[in-house]
Amino acid sequence: MRFAAITGYAELPARKGADGVTALDLYCRLARELAVDAGLERGEIDGLLVHTPFDGFSLYWPTVLGDALALDLRYFDVVELGGASAAGMIWRAAAAIEAGLCDHVLCITADVFTGLSGARDLMPAQRGEFEMPYGVSPPNGYYAMAARRHMHDHGTRPEQLAKIAVDQRTNAMAAPGALFGSKSLTIDDVLNSPLVCDPLHLFEIVSPCTGGSGVVVSRRSASKSKHPPIALIGAGEAGTHLNLARRPDITTSLAVRSAEAAFRMAGLSAADMNFAQLYDCYTIAVLIFLEDLGFCRKGEGGRFVAERDLTWGGDFPLNTSGGQLSYGQPGGAGGMIAVVEAVRQLMGRAGGRQIANAAKGVAHGNGGVFADEVTLVMAN
Amino acid sequence: MVAKPLPKPSIHSAPFWNGLAAGVLKLQRCTRCGEAQHPPGPVCRTCWSDALEWVVASGEGVIYSYTIVHRTTTPGFAGETPYIVALVALAEGPRVTTNIVDCPIEDVRIDQAVTAKFDAAGSVTLLRFAPTVEKSV
Repeated sequence: MRFAAITGYAELPARKGADGVTALDLYCRLARELAVDAGLERGEIDGLLVHTPFDGFSLYWPTVLGDALALDLRYFDVVELGGASAAGMIWRAAAAIEAGLCDHVLCITADVFTGLSGARDLMPAQRGEFEMPYGVSPPNGYYAMAARRHMHDHGTRPEQLAKIAVDQRTNAMAAPGALFGSKSLTIDDVLNSPLVCDPLHLFEIVSPCTGGSGVVVSRRSASKSKHPPIALIGAGEAGTHLNLARRPDITTSLAVRSAEAAFRMAGLSAADMNFAQLYDCYTIAVLIFLEDLGFCRKGEGGRFVAERDLTWGGDFPLNTSGGQLSYGQPGGAGGMIAVVEAVRQLMGRAGGRQIANAAKGVAHGNGGVFADEVTLVMAN
Repeated sequence: MVAKPLPKPSIHSAPFWNGLAAGVLKLQRCTRCGEAQHPPGPVCRTCWSDALEWVVASGEGVIYSYTIVHRTTTPGFAGETPYIVALVALAEGPRVTTNIVDCPIEDVRIDQAVTAKFDAAGSVTLLRFAPTVEKSV
């Protein structure tokens, strides 16, 4: 996308509990910080994309936020792809700019995520009818079944999955604002944490939190940002189904297709990336996306993570702000963590965890249980 | 005590739930292309025909994957842990999300043969599966 670029970002620290705020408060706080970061006055912002928070979501949600901020909008919408919403917003914002509809789009996700009841109220009827009566314990139960099948088909071992959580924790310790940034983890710590849904342990599962983040996508010629513009050079999206039971092979996601499209658009491959920021609601999700984006072959993810240093200074920098596993998951806003960290690294603003010579990277979002996949390739 | 979530049958799924209540597993099948699908829907997901019928399924299947739930997020299930949630591949093709019952948790296996079990739960009957008992000839 030649005319659009990411020109700013903002990220709130993760907090446990409601913290005395609503999701709308967090959206407004992020809008203010985004305008400052991209060097924009309120009147210059003419686009707004939001996701669906569990806290306070209603019809006209983009209008509700636009009204609270008194924005004068030419392009506004809600993107509801679960955890892939954030990545889905970025290419939509860029496409709207390419089409000449607007100049500066705020892409914002935030939530007050204190429990699953709010999420349950918004779930599709089909899940309530055919899955919940069996105590599926969503979403843990679904991803656990994917992990079990991956172990069965490919010999993946628990300690290989645990390694992902361990290295991401190391990254979080260099990320101010992370929920779990103060204490390192070992593989034994992960494997000795309680089994929640066998074979997944507690430390392989995201923790709900309050927080949020966002980016500004601008027309390059209209940019006022003092930061280097980050180009979206490839994007791909894929979806075919709602329920995991419909997937022919639950160890392979549609990220195969979204990534193939994104890398083809970029004229690059996984091997060209300097880092990967991959959706990580569970360790098994990261492993499957490493395979499906093409960093290794199907079934080799376990060996891949075991043989590499996945920390920000390592030979394969992965989820360098700790990912959702260690930064915390503010509901559907968790998907923006990968996008913001990719932008931050490419802008050279990652401080104590800056990847040397970061020039190209991939961010991947996933919604539902391998239902909505969005891959973004970015470059500075 | 927290109530367990129970299914709310829709106009598309009522025959499925009525079948379970009568001890019969029924699947939606397309009269045009012959594909069976589950959960049921307004049209055939394969060919978009709306000429769908209900057929009696064998009730036989194999475990495609499973998890043993030790800590549950589903209301009403806290007292049931540990319990088995599984995806069962029916002989007719579709997979169902279900529980494996009458099976010690240490015995559950992928590819294990299982047979439908009709479990009354309040006003509805749920579709669960138990390990297939080999019949002597």
